[in-house]
Amino acid sequence: MSRSLTLLKGAPGARILGFGDYRPRRIVTNDEISQRVDTTDEWIRTRVGIAERRFAGEDESVVDMSVAAAGKALATSGVLASDIDTVIVATCTPPAPIPGLAPEVAHRLGINAAGAFDLNAACAGFCYGLASAADAIRGGSSQYALVIGAERLTDWTDQDDRGTCIIFGDGAGAAVVAASVDPGIGPVVWGSDGEKSRAISVADRASFMEMDGRAVYRWATTRLAESAHRACELAGVSMSDIDVFVPHQANLRIVESMVRTLKLGHNVAVARDIVVSGNTSSASIPLALTAMIERGEVKTGDVALLLGFGAGLTYAGQVIICP
Amino acid sequence: MATTEEIQSGLAEILEEVAGVLPADATPEKSFTEDLDVDSLSMVEIATAVEDKFGVAIPDDELANIRTVGDAISFIEKNQS
Repeated sequence: MSRSLTLLKGAPGARILGFGDYRPRRIVTNDEISQRVDTTDEWIRTRVGIAERRFAGEDESVVDMSVAAAGKALATSGVLASDIDTVIVATCTPPAPIPGLAPEVAHRLGINAAGAFDLNAACAGFCYGLASAADAIRGGSSQYALVIGAERLTDWTDQDDRGTCIIFGDGAGAAVVAASVDPGIGPVVWGSDGEKSRAISVADRASFMEMDGRAVYRWATTRLAESAHRACELAGVSMSDIDVFVPHQANLRIVESMVRTLKLGHNVAVARDIVVSGNTSSASIPLALTAMIERGEVKTGDVALLLGFGAGLTYAGQVIICP
Repeated sequence: MATTEEIQSGLAEILEEVAGVLPADATPEKSFTEDLDVDSLSMVEIATAVEDKFGVAIPDDELANIRTVGDAISFIEKNQS
């Protein structure tokens, strides 16, 4: 007979108690970009749907922005830093590979000896992090977790390449996730397509981001609807129950295409934060949600469908109940 | 199997719907990007619509070689099942 080990009895479910964000101070308009590269405000607005984005300054590192967003999420949630036992930083743009950023983020927030790690699932990172936190809570490894998506994409973007420099921005968003008897984070539908690993990549440490926009656009607009439907099905809701749709903010045309494909009604609040933030990879979903909550577009108890997708290629989606 | 005329008019419909191109402008010699102001992402939407309408598969590398309306028509003619 093989030996077996004792397991913890985890919580029945996990729930998000609050969101927070950090938007870098410097706003970069399309007009500013068009002074540097051959493009126009009109072209950028119609082709990618971006009006402005934020560029992080020297005192706005990935860790700085993570701490600020997480601090705001803690304050919104009414949870003490000392209650947090797990910190997950989803990022694909750390300044260096070693050490991971999560331990320093935890330390600066005053969280003692939290389980802390970085997670790289690119633009799907926040949804991967949320799923990891929820499952850790259900498995008994965690009671209160912080999930942060934070990026300085401008560090890895060639500001003379008009194909990419118009798109990417910086920022951070965070959520406090807690054990709950009422599950408020549905099962994740996650996956990857490593055959397209070169579709979005930084070749080496001396290179900038390169993207095959056409391939990514096609993949995102044709392959992901099925996962969105599956996430709803697994959470026990139908697409018509969705109050809020928050896809990764890659390109406004992808957002609009998904809204059409999923046949979401006019009463659904759709995240279009890309207009003022650009593409901020793992930060885009919590940045968008925080702003929508602050503007009153999203209310407590609303059913939201999150859908992250990006480099890898990776994707992850889940249904959540909004705090 | 759609005839050349059917392909041309079907493609013109797609071009009008996706990119607002007037059917009269969608003549074979026209370049999508230079003459009809269709950008690369709209090309993807057109390709997806063409795939649905004509039952052809247009891989990304093939799509990159389709420059004119005529290129698209002959691709569909050759590959339709």
